Amino acid sequence: MSFLALDGLVKRYDGTAAVDGVSLALERGEMLALLGPSGSGKTTTLRLLAGFEIPDAGRVVVDGEDVTRTEPVARRFGMVFQHYALFPHLDVSENVAFGLESLGVRGEELGRRVAQALALVDLAGYERRRIAQLSGGQQQRVALARALAPEPRVLLLDEPLSNLDPTLRERTRREIRDLIRRVGITTVLVTHEQDEAFELGDRVAVLRQGRLEQVGAPDDLYASPANLFVGGFVGRGSTLPVTVLGTVERGVRVRIDEVEWDLERASAQPAPPPGPATMLVRPEALRLAQAGPGALPATVTGRRFVGPSALFTVLAESGSLIEVVAPPRAVKIGERVGVMPSRRAGGGIHLFPPESR
Amino acid sequence: MIRSRRSQIIGATLLLLLVWLVVYPLVLVLIEGVRGPEGWTLEYVRLFLDRPTEWQALWGSLWTSLASVVLAAVIGVPLAFLFSRYDLPGGRILSALVALPAVLPPLVGVIAFMFLYGETGFVSLLVQRLLRLQEPPWRLQGAGAILLVHAYSMYVYFYLLVSAALAGLDASLFEAAASLGAGRWRTLRRVVLPHLYPALGGAALLTFMTSLASFSAPYIFGGGFRVMTTQIVATRLNGENALAMVETVSLTGLALTALWLLRGSQPSSNAAGGRKGTAPERLPVSSRPLRLVLAALAWSLAGVLLLPHLTLLLVSFVPLGTWTTEPLPPEYTLRNYLTLVQDPVRARPLVNSLWLATVATVAAVALALLGAIVSVRRRIRGGRLIEGLLALPWAVPGTVFAIALATAFSVNAPHAGRFLLVGTLWILPLAYLVRNLPITSRAILAGVRALDPSLDEAAATLGARRWRTLRRITLPLLRPALLAGASLAFVTAFGDFVTSIILYTYDTRPISMEILSSLRQSDVGVAAAYGVVLMLVSGAVFALGAERGSAG
Repeated sequence: MSFLALDGLVKRYDGTAAVDGVSLALERGEMLALLGPSGSGKTTTLRLLAGFEIPDAGRVVVDGEDVTRTEPVARRFGMVFQHYALFPHLDVSENVAFGLESLGVRGEELGRRVAQALALVDLAGYERRRIAQLSGGQQQRVALARALAPEPRVLLLDEPLSNLDPTLRERTRREIRDLIRRVGITTVLVTHEQDEAFELGDRVAVLRQGRLEQVGAPDDLYASPANLFVGGFVGRGSTLPVTVLGTVERGVRVRIDEVEWDLERASAQPAPPPGPATMLVRPEALRLAQAGPGALPATVTGRRFVGPSALFTVLAESGSLIEVVAPPRAVKIGERVGVMPSRRAGGGIHLFPPESR
Repeated sequence: MIRSRRSQIIGATLLLLLVWLVVYPLVLVLIEGVRGPEGWTLEYVRLFLDRPTEWQALWGSLWTSLASVVLAAVIGVPLAFLFSRYDLPGGRILSALVALPAVLPPLVGVIAFMFLYGETGFVSLLVQRLLRLQEPPWRLQGAGAILLVHAYSMYVYFYLLVSAALAGLDASLFEAAASLGAGRWRTLRRVVLPHLYPALGGAALLTFMTSLASFSAPYIFGGGFRVMTTQIVATRLNGENALAMVETVSLTGLALTALWLLRGSQPSSNAAGGRKGTAPERLPVSSRPLRLVLAALAWSLAGVLLLPHLTLLLVSFVPLGTWTTEPLPPEYTLRNYLTLVQDPVRARPLVNSLWLATVATVAAVALALLGAIVSVRRRIRGGRLIEGLLALPWAVPGTVFAIALATAFSVNAPHAGRFLLVGTLWILPLAYLVRNLPITSRAILAGVRALDPSLDEAAATLGARRWRTLRRITLPLLRPALLAGASLAFVTAFGDFVTSIILYTYDTRPISMEILSSLRQSDVGVAAAYGVVLMLVSGAVFALGAERGSAG
């Protein structure tokens, strides 16, 4: 039995469902990232978990206890808010002590546990600082220490990195992950950044318009997206209208513009029926070649340097823009090229029913 | 936040209370004006319409208010520009001095003007001697005198609001305009002025409404000149009660019409806040002669502005009956102040005003805080209505509310929500409370709006129940707003004249009424001493509110 379960949660505002039947289950100590664009219902889901909102249907169960209607005060869920919500008139240690005092912790024990929580986030010695004197990163660590000090059953993080400088984000991401691992607390975080979701989440739940599209480990989401939305939202990729001509040995044959490609099928996917389809293709699943048979004719329109290779944008004659990875100096802008599936493209090309977006 | 049932019940109770306090008395006035001994009648309305004096009074109110707006703007706006844009010697002190008329309660300002520019005032006598005139050079009476007082006390609105707007201008706007080739005038016209429109509109509205409601200046200096506020009080003294009701309705109508016409230009409480960038640096005045001229002008202006305060102080040391025709009083004494403390009859108004204002302030702050929390934080149904009712008394002149309360609470009919309060201790605190609701709730609403709602949620996830959150988080963070609201309310109530003159009783006579009766007995020294006390207490409370406000 899972430690934290969200069971068919529904929340409507003025008739429209912000969260529409979301069910998730987390093991004790697991980290789950809720990923989705704005308006996907991820923040509402988090607020239902925290108890700020009461769902119209469904249940939240933690450790076998139904807390759906338990007030936030009594839920013992820790939360780090997007803008931290530190109490500006209290100093660092008073902020961290606030939740402990609610539990009746007093005197020496209080001091000991505040110190412990601050040591955990590497802020020992900052007890008497005012909140306004801290950097953004330090404020975030105080917020973490404050949420963790009362030893909550579940930790909730709302866009934990959105308030930090881009240069700080990557480091902070690692620090948060290591810290949560060390504490071993069951964690749900909300983000719209896939990098963040991939690094912090053991599993990632992709939401769209209040519905859960897919849950899985980051590499599973990338390798086998359940639908075009997940495929497009997770990782880079181009979408092309194609026609499925039929199955061939170990794969399917498709026609793009006037060209036919034989694609190796990814194992899990059912064979698509013949007829129109939408193809999602990762940049690394394609290669640039001489124009010729089997190559889709296109013109190079852009190049973005990304280290050892470059990401080229090419314009097919049908008007589709396609991204292809190639060595940085492979082609020049304006050059006419051919696009072909790379030899081991199987995991990087997905076929979906047409307009399934 | 979840709309809880408890918040909804508190909100509904508050709503009822406000309707009873703010709307119900006004409705009763409306009814009394069309009801005679034998039922409904339009007799009094006809009487009102037929009398030319009524039209004169209404017209007098309207045009003096418009003229006050123009005068206040002409003084206040250039001053704001001068002090915000140019670096003058002693500029910081000066810009503080310029706001000083604000610490003079209306009646005190009026008597200070009388001591200065009245028939035997210092300035009048000085001019008379210098020019060797037989008579005083002017008579401080009629519309001119009223406008003089209004201009003096109300330019502060323009000065403060425009200064705040100028301080809120981003310096990069000027740089951008300059880089786009705009000269100084074009920048002023196209960049600065449009930015100032809200401040100008807000100040104009504030001045107009204050001037329309002004009572002290017309009452003391009006002479034969009629405005509606004094007309109402006179009609009531004549015993024509129903006619006074019709007049009250007409003045309310004028105020509401003005508000409706100028709607949208209410000064928003955070007009200057929340923008990025830095305020433009003050420009140094490089030319030395110009610098001297500007400085001399600014300092002599500050002198003129300070004259009423100084006069009050001087006169407060004059013993009774010693000062007749000399330009300066021949004798000085501390007796007047000692009397205020030692003579129980003289001390009574001080004590009265203190407790009346304190009760009214505490009640106003409590109601405003409750209203702000249920409306902004709990987002109950009817929250906007509560905010509207809290703000409503601002739109209605003080005289109107005094008459309305005097009407509503002059009979004992508990089933109709009317209690006999007129003539008791409680009518004045009630009147002050109603009058204080708008300024108090404006400050407190702004404070509550600025509170991050996730602070409440954070406290909840940390296990703090509602009371602990209120005590440890909400109230400490609201302290600046609460203090600002309370200090404004206290100062207004402490110096109140306009409602007191209609509702006071001998036992609850406030300082303003005692000043008036001292003047009637020609005891100018004691009147001035009371005035100085009012001025000092107002100044101290303002300073306290502002200092705590900025420290938090």
